[in-house]
Amino acid sequence: MITRLVVENLKYKPMRTLLSILLVGVPVTLILSLVGISEGLSEDAKNRYRGLGADIVIHAKTASTVTSFSGTSLSEKLIPLIEQQPHVKLAMGVIVHSIDFPALSMMGVDLATFNAMSGGFTYLEGGPLQGPNDILVDRLYANQKQVHAGSTLSLLNQDWHVAGIIEGGKLARIVVNKTTLQDLDAATGKVSVIYVKLDNPALADAAAHQLEELLPNVVVNTMEYYTSMFAVNNIGTVKVFTYVVIGIGVVIGFAVVCLSMYMAVLQRTREIGILKALGASKAFILRIILAEAALLGVGGTILGIVMSFGACWTIRTFVPASFPMIIVQSWWPKVLLIALLAATSGAVYPGMSAASHDAIEALSYE
Amino acid sequence: MNNGAIIEIRDLRKIYRLGKVDVPALRGVDLDVPRGEFVAIVGPSGSGKSTLFYIIGGLAPPTSGSVRVADQDLAALTDAGRTRLRKHNVGFVFQKFNLLPNLTARDNISVARYIAGGGSQPDPQFEPVLRLLKIEDRLDHKPSALSGGEQQRVAIARAIVNRPAILLADEPTGNLDTENSKAVLEILRDLNERHGQTILMITHNPEAAAYGHHTVHMRDGKIVERT
Repeated sequence: MITRLVVENLKYKPMRTLLSILLVGVPVTLILSLVGISEGLSEDAKNRYRGLGADIVIHAKTASTVTSFSGTSLSEKLIPLIEQQPHVKLAMGVIVHSIDFPALSMMGVDLATFNAMSGGFTYLEGGPLQGPNDILVDRLYANQKQVHAGSTLSLLNQDWHVAGIIEGGKLARIVVNKTTLQDLDAATGKVSVIYVKLDNPALADAAAHQLEELLPNVVVNTMEYYTSMFAVNNIGTVKVFTYVVIGIGVVIGFAVVCLSMYMAVLQRTREIGILKALGASKAFILRIILAEAALLGVGGTILGIVMSFGACWTIRTFVPASFPMIIVQSWWPKVLLIALLAATSGAVYPGMSAASHDAIEALSYE
Repeated sequence: MNNGAIIEIRDLRKIYRLGKVDVPALRGVDLDVPRGEFVAIVGPSGSGKSTLFYIIGGLAPPTSGSVRVADQDLAALTDAGRTRLRKHNVGFVFQKFNLLPNLTARDNISVARYIAGGGSQPDPQFEPVLRLLKIEDRLDHKPSALSGGEQQRVAIARAIVNRPAILLADEPTGNLDTENSKAVLEILRDLNERHGQTILMITHNPEAAAYGHHTVHMRDGKIVERT
């Protein structure tokens, strides 16, 4: 009976109900989009590094983020030294230059070494880097920038000749000659990161330990450990940002439901008086209001999830390389809980207000 | 104190406080209503009829005096106690019908039964009453689709679905035309005669008052005459 009463109440003012659901749904979409972008970036970076074929990652202690290195703090002279170590098959220095928020980077590589380490790129259009101003971009970035092989692309205040469009999934979305990027960054002889390929990947832990002893002033990780660190929860700023957006979502949901239910309680003052005359207790009235708010929370969550698919489609259509958003289903129960918490807490005050209405005054309310 | 009356009122006083001013609404009312009586309460506006009605129905507490309804001392009841009284012992019928507008007639009746702990399913034993009220084929309509007379009959069904000890009717014919007024009053008399339902009815209409066994006249917060 309570369900029927609540559903009929929501159906009675459909526009108020739909607006409330929409306004609860918007922060749900925001949370899911943020999580989807964060997880998408993380997954995308993880897959690209795994596709590289390296077993060990070496970077300076000052390298800034997990998903993209910055700075050029490692000397290229370390590479021959590393290659002399037992079981090391190949070492490759890469220079990284951040291009766009949040984690889009240009990477300078020696293409021959890269091919030896990873098996090389798959070219969808054009071919390998030839001249110093040649650039390779992956399919998503090419779509985002609407360029093809032979096009000119402006990045870092200079024009690049798009030599080829590559299939993504290996190291970087944007690749140029290492020496060109070193010159641009005035970092001749320096790289941001060194990737190491072993003759036996099963020996990665031992080899990493050995390299740590050899190079005490740098950070040495196995690729397995390194990519495991790509979980969003390990990126402090993203975690804090997510919590802030969740907090804002809760506040918006709370305010929307509070306002909506307060209006509903005002509009239904007489009905509340009738229920009280029938013997409804304060708890019964409060239960109806909270159930109604919970239903708005559930509706807002469902709409928010649907809208997150729309947001995902839009982002992947217009900025697929910069924001490789994914749908994170594991967050659906979490946003449901967040929406329920916001909605029911927002309904407590109107509910208490309704429950404490004087029955006689409520019955005479016009 | 129990003399067989279902309602026993002694020196009942009710004072409303409006801002800093005390407004006495009842000034020492004494009333006994035996079980199964149909009593009409008449009097001009402001005479205290509605206040008496609300206190007997447990919607408002008395300021002083003794009020026993169905063997319960209302002066000693808390808000929750008065809620229980309304749930099980009192049924209300209002001038403006006061049906829940977004529920069907059936659900309006069911919600009263549900609140009293009778479950959501209709009571088969209540069907003869629905036939008596001539609303058995109007139960799936919402109040907006019912005539005034039909709405008031649904309100009566809702008021008696839990078999309350007392049915309190506040101007039940006040918003009805002559034909529907007569129908509603005859239903109230039928309920009283066939089912022994105790009824207190407030009315301005002497013809309506004539349906009761007795009439109580009120003026200035007191009972001035009983006929």
